[in-house]
Amino acid sequence: MASLTIQNVIKRYGTIEILKGINIDIDDGEFLVLVGPSGCGKSTLLNMIAGLDTISDGTIAIDGRRVNELHPKDRDIAMVFQSYALYPNMSVEQNIGFGLEMRGVPKEARAKAIADVARLLQMEHLLKRKPSQLSGGQRQRVAMGRALVRDPKVFLFDEPLSNLDAKLRVEMRTEIKKLHQRLKSTIVYVTHDQIEAMTLATRIAVMRAGELQQLGTPREIYDRPANTFVAGFMGSPPMNLIKAKVVDHDGGPHAAIDRLQDGEIVLPLPANDGLRGAAGRDIILGLRPENITDPQGAVGGAGPVLETDCLIEVTEPTGPDLIAVVEMGGKEVLARLRPDAEARAGQRSRLVFDMGKAVVFDAGTEARIA
Amino acid sequence: MAAVTDAALMVPGPRSGLSVALRWLLFAILGLFALIYLFPLFVMIVTSLKTLDEVRAGNLLSLPPNPTLEPWISAWSTTCVGLTCEGLKGYFLNSILMTVPAVAISAVLGALNGYVLTKWRFKGDGIVFALILFGCFIPFQIVLLPMARTLGLLGLASSTPGLIFVHVVYGLCFTTLFFRNYYAAFPNDLVKSAMIDGAGFFRIFWRILLPNSIPIIVVTVIWQFTNIWNDFLFGVSFAGGGGAMPVTVALNNIVNSSTGVKEYNVHMAAAIIAALPTLVVYVLAGRYFVRGLMAGAVKG
Repeated sequence: MASLTIQNVIKRYGTIEILKGINIDIDDGEFLVLVGPSGCGKSTLLNMIAGLDTISDGTIAIDGRRVNELHPKDRDIAMVFQSYALYPNMSVEQNIGFGLEMRGVPKEARAKAIADVARLLQMEHLLKRKPSQLSGGQRQRVAMGRALVRDPKVFLFDEPLSNLDAKLRVEMRTEIKKLHQRLKSTIVYVTHDQIEAMTLATRIAVMRAGELQQLGTPREIYDRPANTFVAGFMGSPPMNLIKAKVVDHDGGPHAAIDRLQDGEIVLPLPANDGLRGAAGRDIILGLRPENITDPQGAVGGAGPVLETDCLIEVTEPTGPDLIAVVEMGGKEVLARLRPDAEARAGQRSRLVFDMGKAVVFDAGTEARIA
Repeated sequence: MAAVTDAALMVPGPRSGLSVALRWLLFAILGLFALIYLFPLFVMIVTSLKTLDEVRAGNLLSLPPNPTLEPWISAWSTTCVGLTCEGLKGYFLNSILMTVPAVAISAVLGALNGYVLTKWRFKGDGIVFALILFGCFIPFQIVLLPMARTLGLLGLASSTPGLIFVHVVYGLCFTTLFFRNYYAAFPNDLVKSAMIDGAGFFRIFWRILLPNSIPIIVVTVIWQFTNIWNDFLFGVSFAGGGGAMPVTVALNNIVNSSTGVKEYNVHMAAAIIAALPTLVVYVLAGRYFVRGLMAGAVKG
């Protein structure tokens, strides 16, 4: 268990910068999730922490000790690969014990460590099998066992659940979270699945095109996204990003939004320093689908609320919710209603806009201003 | 639902007369070609079991009236190769002493080359591989003179180690090609994982790659064994007269000896003896050969 410091880390291939100066600092026992679309550099960063890829510039330190020049085996890390990377010629037992064997751990101590991990992961009955005789979930478990048995300072997970089917993925997700709560180990976890990021992380680093977009707790990332990219990437369905103009109305800032069918709508914005004197400014209003709902489903928040009739274009029942699509600012806007809300496609329905959690982005820079 | 799938998957029920006829024609042609290929072997075997008189008197295809192993014994231990009359056995042993180490060394070096060229990439590795690949296309004849000189300088002329050296050098291109292509499809994650687990260069090779390379090892061994065992040119050039003469050269010397009567039955037995080891290797490992070639060609 240890802290991890990533300071101004740059990765270059030739003249192309894959990572453009990443700064991340996490404490002992944190669960850091690196999330972003493919090609954002999250796996490269993980490989650099592991020592499988060289660091062009900057520093990576584990427990305050610079590891840039250290061989992977000397960094005291363990990694779970997306492909599991189990050695096909060895039994589960040998797979788990290989790292210990390479480190010269005596046979009895090894056997005990393997037995402990097998018990922890409930796979004692699998120890003699070969990886080819295991199911996907079992392989995943062995891969985790191989990492756990070494008791390293930092665990690295590279999209460990992406090869599993949906049901198993949810199960394993919970299991990983339980393990983290129990072992209190420092974990760096790469995924492109924002739900995994939200559920597992104590801190999320959202990356895009080699740049860190935001580093924060899941709550911060979800409620206060740093820019429209983070807002659109995290959350499912994603945050509505609506073109609007700031107007002064009733003595406070409001967002005026054009609508094709129902005319202009003026939504109250939360009082915020970022909006002082912003009247006339073009903005992008960020509003999560759950903050647009039917009157019965609305829970009174702290912020301003507006109730109005909207033309419903499409309804999509998902089971727990009814997603209603309305048009605002020339874009489809999703509202999350109760499943039995009375909303019909093609008809007007009353919607409540809970503006307490609305966020405001600058229309040009797309960075959050309020 | 099940019925639909079944019907869709199955060949239509009653066969038409034409398709049956075509099928038989196919079998007939295949059978004919099989016979053509088996014919020489058949002649060799029946001839080797006849006495010389029967060979002279009888038909090439007739079965031996009184099968005898005399020609085989003669070929193995008494027939004359050049001036010595001790049969093939000494030369057979020479061939084994040459082939086994040459196959082993070239396979191990080829595997190491393939490992480095795919898992420890370095600047210019593509060029290195291209050059090695180029070696596969160099005809034997071109290297004869420089190799003779080299062997002379190394003090290995007309010796079994000299032949081993020649075959290793020549075979390395092929074994490298085989292993490189096999390891190109070998998951890098396994190597990375082993690195993190603390295994070094040779441990990863020995514990992770080699145990998972059985198909390509079999391919390489069959390929190298067949080529080295059957080689005549290097054998006759670099050990033609000496005590290291391989069985192929000895066989040639038996058959082409200009003195005495032509003992066709002994020649046939000697030829089969000389060909037997490659046949045995192929029969024992042949299944892997096809599988291995496919494994190298297609990923997964």
